[in-house]
Amino acid sequence: MADAKVIPFDDDRSRGSAVQRPARRRGAGSRRKGEPTAVHEVQPLPARTIPQDDVPVTREEPAAGSPAETAAGAAAVEKPRDDGWERRIAGGLSFLRRRLTGDYEVDDFGYDQELTEQVLMSMVRPLYEKYFRVEVKGIENIPSEGGALIVANHSGTLPLDGLMMQVAVHDNHPDNRHLRLLAADLVFMLPVVNELARKAGHTLACAEDAERLLQRGELVGVMPEGFKGIGKPFSERYKLQRFGRGGFVSTALRQGTPIIPCSIVGAEEIYPMIGNAKTLARLLGFPYFPITPTFPWLGPLGAVPLPTKWTIQFGEPIRTDGYPPEAAEDPMLMFNLTDQVREQIQHTLYKLLVQRRSVFF
Amino acid sequence: MTVTGNTAEYEQVSSTAGRKALILGKVVLVTGVARQLGGRFVRRIQRDPEVDRVVAVDAVAPEHHLGGADFVRADIRQPTIARLLAEHSVDTVVHMDVTGTPLGSGSRATVKETNVIGTMQLLGACQKSPTVKRLVVKSSTNVYGSAPRDPAVFTETTPPKSLPSGGFAKDTVEVEGYVRGFARRRPDVAVCVLRFANILGPGADTPLAAYFSLPVLPTVLGYDPRLQFVHEDDVIDVLRIASHEPERGTLNSGTFNITGDGVLLLSQCARRLGRPTVPLLMPAISWVGSALRTVGMTDFSPEQLRLLTHGRVVATNQMRETLGYRPKFTTAETFADFARSRGPGLLPPEALAGAVDRIAALPALGGGHPPTQSAN
Repeated sequence: MADAKVIPFDDDRSRGSAVQRPARRRGAGSRRKGEPTAVHEVQPLPARTIPQDDVPVTREEPAAGSPAETAAGAAAVEKPRDDGWERRIAGGLSFLRRRLTGDYEVDDFGYDQELTEQVLMSMVRPLYEKYFRVEVKGIENIPSEGGALIVANHSGTLPLDGLMMQVAVHDNHPDNRHLRLLAADLVFMLPVVNELARKAGHTLACAEDAERLLQRGELVGVMPEGFKGIGKPFSERYKLQRFGRGGFVSTALRQGTPIIPCSIVGAEEIYPMIGNAKTLARLLGFPYFPITPTFPWLGPLGAVPLPTKWTIQFGEPIRTDGYPPEAAEDPMLMFNLTDQVREQIQHTLYKLLVQRRSVFF
Repeated sequence: MTVTGNTAEYEQVSSTAGRKALILGKVVLVTGVARQLGGRFVRRIQRDPEVDRVVAVDAVAPEHHLGGADFVRADIRQPTIARLLAEHSVDTVVHMDVTGTPLGSGSRATVKETNVIGTMQLLGACQKSPTVKRLVVKSSTNVYGSAPRDPAVFTETTPPKSLPSGGFAKDTVEVEGYVRGFARRRPDVAVCVLRFANILGPGADTPLAAYFSLPVLPTVLGYDPRLQFVHEDDVIDVLRIASHEPERGTLNSGTFNITGDGVLLLSQCARRLGRPTVPLLMPAISWVGSALRTVGMTDFSPEQLRLLTHGRVVATNQMRETLGYRPKFTTAETFADFARSRGPGLLPPEALAGAVDRIAALPALGGGHPPTQSAN
């Protein structure tokens, strides 16, 4: 964590001290190659997306350089501001150019990394930083490479907790890892939503997709409670529901990837669901139709979530690589592991709830 | 490959091949040769040294020439096909007459009959024939259907969540079912089913190629499907690999997904083609589709609509590891080749890029350093 506190100064310094012209050109050049993940390093302040990318390129020398440069950087603080704008525009235009000509890449799942980093994440980030003021703990439990399955509790009527988790992992992890969420099939049936979900790297929650992603060494996020968790009444908040049939455990076992329990506090209160209009839900084909103190009474205004304070804690990984290959077929082991994950999440939830000062602060 | 060049080459090759064939020659029967792709395959396979003779079959005479192949005008829905197999003592059958669109003027009913009844007749004939040693069937990834509840990537063993309810997709499912039955009854025949993704290329005449040739592309509002393409050249090569003896360390019987690497979104395709898209609501697009079909511009069949809504991506591990084939063209390269052959659209990507570059060069934006070299 000490590093994380140092780096912001380092950022300013490097931008100030580096030679401006080449920095800008190289910055833009490095973005074009579509390797922003590799370029990102420790970025505890993820507010800016576009200038973020070109910073580390210029950092190469100063990062290893002497502390004397800090002074030079402070002196040159005026100039880089100008240059930052210029760079931002240049970066934005080259982004626009790639977008307009279709010259970008998506993976087999339709995940558009560039769009996610430059646009989708920045759209969710204000919600993450300013509105829910998400506090992240235990990010060091997420490995810096290789596959891992993050298992979290699910709540809040709308799956905002998944999105927040995605931003939390990307913005806090030293390697800016991308979380690939597994989503319900409803997500992929709804127009617009399915398009955005695919582009943000989400895919259908099924064993095939999860295994394929884990095999490729991706970080996969799953919320095994599903609709039972997200659509539970307010009175049952922070009570974990049944964890599906434990399919996530056998997937992790088959791939030998660790399971990282994740507890999210704060999402339960964003839409306190006091009722469920079942007939309406059936009519619309939704698993539930929430009734909150404000929704649907206040119309669209009622759909504004309450500004709760969130905490996301990643727990100690549960390793699965020590089991023999046939372990994935052992229902007893599967149930045990499922319970272990579930209990760990539940315990952490209670602990975080005790520590919480208030719902909103 | 040009037609004239082919024949000259063919004459030369065929004389040597003919001599060799006296000892050990293959007789290949190809169905569906009146189609552009079938004709190309016939011309190409004659040049392979192990091939002695090619018998090209279709119900209508092809407009293109077939090199030195013997064209036999026969309807595969008729039992004559069995006589043909015996007459020429055919040992390899390449069944390419499983198609989605009628050739020239034909109804959907005739297409379906050719696909399903034709395949049944052909398989029946093969079962009776003692000489047939190898059967290659051109199928399509349409068998997987296209639904939001399917996994993102289909492997050869993925069962589709919702079976195609009609049209060409259902035909392919049925055809593959009959082929599996045949493989069970004749275990001595090597059977290879090739599931091709959307075939594109300079000469493609598929419904999807027709769709991409529309000046303005109607799309389904709120959906951006993932598409995969396979280049015609790769199709021909894979068919050849499947019709010959397998190379050492590979196996060419079984079912294989065939497609180029990578994925393109429909929106990306439209931008790369330079054609504007018009997102339409689901009901509206079916009206537009039927209107276009009436005018005869393109075939907007339900399964194509589903493809353009949910998209489809298949895994090609089997193709690489078992069949031992690496496609020469990726999905993006295939599409680029296709786009080149179609000419620029209303919004050519170069023009758009130029416009952005001009904005970047404006002095107010600190011009002089247009990000041209950085944006590619």
